[in-house]
Amino acid sequence: MKALVVGSGRVGSALAKRLHAAGWEVVVVDETEEGLERLGEKWPGEFHVGHGMDFELLEAAGIASADLVLVATDGDNTNLVVAQIAKLRYEVPKVAVRVQDPARAAFYANRGFDVVSPTNSAIEALAALALDGEAS
Amino acid sequence: MSFIIVVGGGQVGKNVTRTLLELGHEVVVLEQRRDRYLLLDEEFGHRARYGDGTELSVLEGAGIKRPAEIVVAVTGDDEDNIIICQLAKELYGVSKIVARVNDPRNQVHFDLLGVAPTVSATEMVMALVQHEMPQHELVHLVQLRPENLEIVEVEVGKECPAAGKRVEQLRLPGSARLISVMRDGTAEIAVGSTELRAGDQVLAILEPGGEPELRRLLVGEKKR
Repeated sequence: MKALVVGSGRVGSALAKRLHAAGWEVVVVDETEEGLERLGEKWPGEFHVGHGMDFELLEAAGIASADLVLVATDGDNTNLVVAQIAKLRYEVPKVAVRVQDPARAAFYANRGFDVVSPTNSAIEALAALALDGEAS
Repeated sequence: MSFIIVVGGGQVGKNVTRTLLELGHEVVVLEQRRDRYLLLDEEFGHRARYGDGTELSVLEGAGIKRPAEIVVAVTGDDEDNIIICQLAKELYGVSKIVARVNDPRNQVHFDLLGVAPTVSATEMVMALVQHEMPQHELVHLVQLRPENLEIVEVEVGKECPAAGKRVEQLRLPGSARLISVMRDGTAEIAVGSTELRAGDQVLAILEPGGEPELRRLLVGEKKR
């Protein structure tokens, strides 16, 4: 199974390493070489430097044959555009995208790809902790 | 008078805003960079607002729900322009949008996601540059994306099927029509009896994709 990870920050690089450990073939794309450093010293997979909206880069990274695309650059709008490209242009079976802004995450929720909002997750988790304490 | 929201207050957004105001429209311009916003505020006062125009709350603060009649997305980031237009159309029901394409390689994404019409300064400059070059063969002058048509300029080749023929004798590709023929600096509307000669500059309108056939007919086989 082949995965493409767009954005190799804290989230993207950790995802890439975990997928690799689980036996996936993983290709990573990031805007800077620092993205490669975050993958550790002996990253065995492919790594491409460039912008996630560059379709020549995405094609060189094998998006057309990917089973899974995970998008987690630091830009919500870049992420949403890349996710839509992966789904609509390359018909990738499973696409998941990180979107910080809960409002935009909600608007793009039902378009054939999964939208994960860490902001929402944090709000839910913290609210649960706070309100649990209050109730007891 | 229309209510128009301009997102992005750089050179393009600022001049668009000024021109729209001069024409008597109601305009709000959004800018997320503080330094640029302050300049806008100096010139446009309360019509300039500070904030990220891809945030729903900022768009709503600008009055997009009234709704705006036109949203103009002219930031320097193509991903932002795409998202602004998707939000405007699909979430707020804005019927007309105009989007700026900064990097022409991103045009395919705007097309894929139905963001139209678009304007690309690079494409427009390139069309004019090629237009001025001697011995160009086929140049795209205007893209009419909503209509799925384009206007091209072709120089009639020396050894092509069309040279020496009248327009009515040509077997033009299905969707293509000739608009005008320019010879020795004078242009005429192309009619059935217009004769084509090598060196003529011909304007044609056609559906994208018909260029190779039009090229074979008017330019001839490509020299290798």
